[in-house]
This record gives sequence, structure tokens and C-alpha cells, in this order.
Amino acid sequence: MSILIYADSNNGTLTKNAFEAANYGGQLAKSTGKNAVALVLGSASGLEELGNYGITKVLHFADAGLDSFDPQKISAVVAEAAKSEGADTIIFAHDYTGKSVAPRLSAKLDAGLVSGAIALPNGNTVKKAVFSGKAFAEIEITTATKIISVLPNALDKVVTGGSAEVVSFSCEIPSTGLKVKEVRKESTELSLTEADIVVSAGRGLKGPENWGMIEELAKVLGAATACSRPVADIGWRPHHEHVGQTGLAIRPNLYFAIGISGAIQHLAGVNGSKVIVVINTDAEAPFFKAADYGIVGDAFEVVPKLIEAIKSL
Amino acid sequence: MKILVCISKAPDTTAKITFTENNTKFNENGVQFIVNPYDEWYALVRGLELKEANGGTVTVLNVGKADNDPVIRKALAIGADDAVRIDADTVDALYVAKQIANYAKSEGYDMVLCGKETIDYNGSQVAGMVAELMNAPYVSLASKLDVNGNTATIEREIEGGVEVVEVATPFVLSAAKGMAEARIPNMRGIMAARSKPLNVVAAIDASNSTVVKGFSLPPAKSGCKMIDADNVAELVNLLHNEAKVI
Repeated sequence: MSILIYADSNNGTLTKNAFEAANYGGQLAKSTGKNAVALVLGSASGLEELGNYGITKVLHFADAGLDSFDPQKISAVVAEAAKSEGADTIIFAHDYTGKSVAPRLSAKLDAGLVSGAIALPNGNTVKKAVFSGKAFAEIEITTATKIISVLPNALDKVVTGGSAEVVSFSCEIPSTGLKVKEVRKESTELSLTEADIVVSAGRGLKGPENWGMIEELAKVLGAATACSRPVADIGWRPHHEHVGQTGLAIRPNLYFAIGISGAIQHLAGVNGSKVIVVINTDAEAPFFKAADYGIVGDAFEVVPKLIEAIKSL
Repeated sequence: MKILVCISKAPDTTAKITFTENNTKFNENGVQFIVNPYDEWYALVRGLELKEANGGTVTVLNVGKADNDPVIRKALAIGADDAVRIDADTVDALYVAKQIANYAKSEGYDMVLCGKETIDYNGSQVAGMVAELMNAPYVSLASKLDVNGNTATIEREIEGGVEVVEVATPFVLSAAKGMAEARIPNMRGIMAARSKPLNVVAAIDASNSTVVKGFSLPPAKSGCKMIDADNVAELVNLLHNEAKVI
């Protein structure tokens, strides 16, 4: 038996989340005595690096027809690969790709899916966050074939070393009614969902002209910048920076919330962060209840000091 | 243009989350239920805008029991023409998707619009499953949708950007932020909703593939460590040496 890991690539390189999925699948394979086999579609290089996370074999289907994203094609190919490898478990990252492909595959194979897993399975039962991070559920998959999509940054990385054997794979690709017309990258900055540290600010900053210090703090930390919903709605910051229930959900190692009161809808998008630091003038701001470290103070005084202190680290 | 919008019932975003029956069931006591926000704000409202621009009908579909009817009436008040409730206990996402796909196929809709996920299970599963069961294209986390004849142009979120895709009808889409602005039902809409058709249809036999074994609440934060605003260096020290995150 084997575990098949879908390792996503972008512009010829494996994504950070490909390694998240490999890490999960590799650890699961080790604890269950199965083989961890990764599948990579389209042009991509550096695939043997997946061996660092316990992957022993990489199937590479290097067809240029798979370079543009079509979940219908990908799920068909993953199903064929799972069949040829005798995989009883299929792993995705719970990211834009996983959210598109894993449900299709679940319906195709009539296989149970748990999306957004935050821990390795306990038998056939998988833990995930529900109610926008306000609770957890233990969900048992009752079908013979199981699909799990893992929430990025949920599991500590276990580097096993070792190198994976890369073999080519091919099968029929179905024709579909979808065409990718254009891909627009909105920023060249660090992607919010992949960033280890995120510096976020809200209405407490009083105006878009005051974001210079937020960007500088992010720069000294190697962090991405984010914002609260009101700030995106009034146009102080671009919409793609909005984190919260209706915006992006993120789970960085460290989240700075500066001048954000911490409404429940905002917390729903960030409560998976490992460490939360809140800086707010209002000692009664609800965000302090969800924080690990807090400073009651004026952002315009605290943030410049913070930048200096980090620089001298 | 025949548009099907799938709506789910969800606890209000500010509801207190607790469980009963030995932590195996969500405690609905005192909880106010709403149309799942992503289904309502994004999928339903965009469906109505398309209908207003191009003509056609918007049907809302819910899988659930009769206690979902007030939530379905709210979607009718916002402007859907009619509603269908497939009478079933919602066992899991695949079970629900099989019900929706079966209905959508038999009625020949041009598009099936869903929200990006429900705010209770946060699965982001049903829409993709419906697409596969209909053998139709699926565009997830869509932020923009325009339809011209039998072709739709859709923008969807991807890592650090946006992808523009073109799909042929029928297609399935999950809607995210940007798709439309929320609409508040007016008195006329609320009155009209009372007399709009809400058809109840029987569920088909389908198996489920997952079972919820139990729920738990996150451990309470051990408390926020407060640092004096005049001692910012101490925060940096704690983040570096205690939390080890910088």
C-alpha cells in the first residue's frame, strides 16, 4: 500500500505547500509502514528534494498541457496515479489548489475527504478546525480510500534526509470546458498565506499615509503585510491584504495586530496563528484576550521602537 | 439564464460555540441561524445581478429539514424567484453534493453558484464535488463572474494573484470576496418571499463517507503577557528567546 501526495508546482518550482503535503504524507507513511509517493504535474524541477520529507518516489507527469491549472484534468490524473500506485490515502495541501482538486477527486473516487487537517490521523480519524477556528472536530473517514488536505503550517516539519527517485508518469488527460486566459500576479511581495510572520494593521493607524512604519517593521522581520476589513473597505490598503472571516485566513508563526480591536470576524481569520502580538491604545480591546503578548500604547511610538529593537537583535 | 444558488444554514458569526451529547453535537440552543454568508453575499447576490442584466431565473437550493425553511425564506426575500429544499438530514459534504448534483442535472441549470465554504464546517468541499458529479468545470474561490451566452469569464484567487478563466456552461463556481456586495432585504422583498414557491423534494439514496466523532474547544490561551510600552525591547526579547518566533 502507498500514500499518494499531490505536490503542487508553480512556474516550474515546487510550492512551499508541496513540502507541507509531503511532510504530512511522509510522516503518515512512516507511522503506517506504507510508501510515500509524490505526484508532480507539468514542467518542474528539483523534485528529488521531496526525499527530505520521507518521499521515496516521485511520479512526474511533465506534460505541458498540465502547466495551466484545470482541476478537472488534475483530479483525473491523480485518480489514475492513485490506481497505478495502489494508494489508499491521498494527501493535498489545503490551499487554492487543494480546495479545487480534492473535492473533485473525492466525488470521482467516492472517497471520504477531510479538508484542513491540523494533525496526523488517529486511525481513520482526522482532526480539523471548525466554526472558523472556534472549535475542533474529529472526523472519521469511513471509505476504503481516504483523502486528506492538510492545513499549511499545521504540522512541524520532520526532515528525514534521503533522496527520492523520480520516475516519469503519464496517462490520458481528459478534455474539459475550461481555458485559463490570463494569470495576474498582484504583488511580487511575500505571499500572505505562505509568510511565517505577518504584520497587520487597522483603523488605529488613522490613515494610509501612516503605513510606512508597518512596511518597515515587516521588512526588518522578513514579514508580509496584512490589514483589517475596514481598512481594505475604505481603500487605505489593497483588498488582497484583508485577513479575517471574509478575507484570507492565515496561520503564520507570528502575527502582529497593530491598531486592530479584534472583532470576532477578524479573529476567525487569524486565530490559527501560533503567536499573536497585539499593540493597541485601548486596554479593553477584545484582541488582548486572544493574544500571547500585548502592549497598551500608541502605535506611532511603539512601532518605531520595535523596529530599532529588532534591528539590534 | 437558469441559475441555481446553493445555500446552507449556518450559525450567526457571533454565536457562542458549545456542544452537547458528550461533545458530539453542536448546541443549537439559543443560536440564531443565518444563510451562510458566502452563499448569501457572494453567490446569491451575483446570481441576482446576472438575472437582472440578462433575464432568467434564480432558484435557491438547500439540503436539509423543515427547520431550515426560515433561512430559505430569507434568501427568497433577498430576491430569488423560487426555492427548493431537498428533504434530508445533511450527513456529510459528499452526501449533500450527490443530492445537489442529481437535482441540478435533472433540471438543466446553466450554472450552479455556491459560497466558498460554510462558516461551520469550513470544508470548501461541496461545490467541487457537485462539479465532478455533473462532469462540469469548477472554478473555486471566484471573485468575479461575467456571462456572455454560453461562455463565462471568471476571475479566481490564486497564490499572490488572480487567474482569469473561461468556461462553457454548465459550470459550478464557489464564490469569494469581491463577487458582489451584500444586499439587505427590504419590506417588499420580505412580504413577497412569503408567497414565493418553496418546493420540497425527496432525497435520493446516497451513502456518506465521513462521520463526525466529536468536537472539542481550543484550550484557553494561558493569558496575554503584557509588556510596558516603554519597554519594547522586552517584547523583542520574549519573541526571540521565549516564543522563539523571531
